Amino acid sequence: MIPKRHSVFSLSRILAITGNTLTELTRLKVFYVLLVFGLLLIGSSIFMAQFSFQQEFQILKDVSLGAISMFTSLLAIVATARMLPQDVEDRTLYTILAKPVPRFEYVVGKIAGVLLLLAISTLVMVAAFLAVLYMREQAVLQVTAKQMASAPPEQLADALNAVRASAFNVDLIPGIIIIFLKACLLTALTLFVSTFATSTIFTIVVMVFIYFIGHLEATAREYWLMAHGGGLITRVFLAILALLFPDLQAFNLVDDIVAGTAISMAVFFKTALLGIFYTVIYTLLSVFVFYGKEL
Amino acid sequence: MTRGLIALAVLIVVGLLKLPVEHDLAVLHRQEHFRGVEFNLDLREKVGQLGFIAALSGFRAIVADALFIQAHAAWENTQWGRMLWLFRQITTLQPRVLLFWDTAAWHMAWNASVAAMNDTSQPRQALRVKAQREYFAIGKEFLERGIKNNPDRPELYEALARLYKEKYKDHERAAEYYAKAAALPDAKPWDRRFSAYELSYCEGREREAYERLRSLYDEGEKERLPTLIKRLQSLEDKLAIPPEQRIPDKLMKR
Repeated sequence: MIPKRHSVFSLSRILAITGNTLTELTRLKVFYVLLVFGLLLIGSSIFMAQFSFQQEFQILKDVSLGAISMFTSLLAIVATARMLPQDVEDRTLYTILAKPVPRFEYVVGKIAGVLLLLAISTLVMVAAFLAVLYMREQAVLQVTAKQMASAPPEQLADALNAVRASAFNVDLIPGIIIIFLKACLLTALTLFVSTFATSTIFTIVVMVFIYFIGHLEATAREYWLMAHGGGLITRVFLAILALLFPDLQAFNLVDDIVAGTAISMAVFFKTALLGIFYTVIYTLLSVFVFYGKEL
Repeated sequence: MTRGLIALAVLIVVGLLKLPVEHDLAVLHRQEHFRGVEFNLDLREKVGQLGFIAALSGFRAIVADALFIQAHAAWENTQWGRMLWLFRQITTLQPRVLLFWDTAAWHMAWNASVAAMNDTSQPRQALRVKAQREYFAIGKEFLERGIKNNPDRPELYEALARLYKEKYKDHERAAEYYAKAAALPDAKPWDRRFSAYELSYCEGREREAYERLRSLYDEGEKERLPTLIKRLQSLEDKLAIPPEQRIPDKLMKR
């Protein structure tokens, strides 16, 4: 019998690592804690404020989408930061790499597992958000219909349409996709940091700094590009910030979408492409550094 | 080590490539009214440390909502100064939310101004009137800043027109802002009518108001509302419009 030739690339090997990573991550308590906190925050937004219906929907959407953004970002950092150190500690990494599994397949499989977990968590939180929004919308519609029972039909229809327009807005969907892409970017960046980091805590601390710096990158870039005063040291510092860090502020579109700003296809696609570009670049760099890592 | 340096070099090259892309995207975001908040020292002073950190982490909407709930509680306790302070932070953090500008202006120009006039701790009426006027001005300032941040949306123009009409009794400015609202894409159908009504109260602009009201009247039954007919009649008398050019009697009796 002719032995089966070992292929350089195998999707089934990557899928096996992905599946295993996903199973491992779903067994983590931190995943459930974060998910439950996210769902609780979304659910509790119903009781946060009983103002006029516009105010109520505004707060409900802000809090729910903020919770989705916060927990996907946290999950992306925490789940990825512990991945490599944990595999080294458990010796799983050696078991896998002792087999004919290229290192890039290992890294790609790992990151795909985290991205899958993020996708599932985002979907669960979005489903909870939409359910809460729908329930509140129905309750407000019922109250409005009762209050305006004696009004002319066109006035009633106008009021009901105003309630519906304040509740769900189709532009929220691209906003949520951008939140997910931001989490993907953070996952890839965390993986890159963890390839040369010495511990999980170091990776998390570095990522927290990068998270804040990333939100300031746009300001640093504009100052640097527009040659606003400052000495040589300041300009070099701004250049480093602008060149090395991603512009995370670019992914915070949802606040303005909730405020009523319409998102165009151009904005959505360009922002999404930037997110995918960063995710791919950081993953490739992680693979590159991981190849040289002494295990 | 070598791999680390190569990775750093790649990051710098990627940084050079992504720089124009990110810059163009930021310009596009600003054109389409995203990135309404600039992160600078001015923002830091306006929103305080916690608000600034929250804004930096991408959670400015949640912080603005939390402050809004605090402002609501301050209103229940009639703490007008605290409300003003909170609303200034809220509108700085979320300049694209019309609701915040409108609510802030309403609290200041309508609620706080009335409270100032009824303030029993201030025996001098002149000072009560002064305080009332100051609150009108604060409400107006909120709406003007709101319009500056949202020039494409009619709601705040309408609110400013209402403020000029009801608080300043300035019908000319009210007409101007209703007309500005009417010129925008999502304007309410009544903005044009309200602008003409307000103009009809302005001394010296009766002819213009008459022509605008008449033009609305000629558009058909839908525009022939009791107030429009009443204002038109009044202007016909004032301008001594010849009987054959006046609106028909049967409609006048409506």
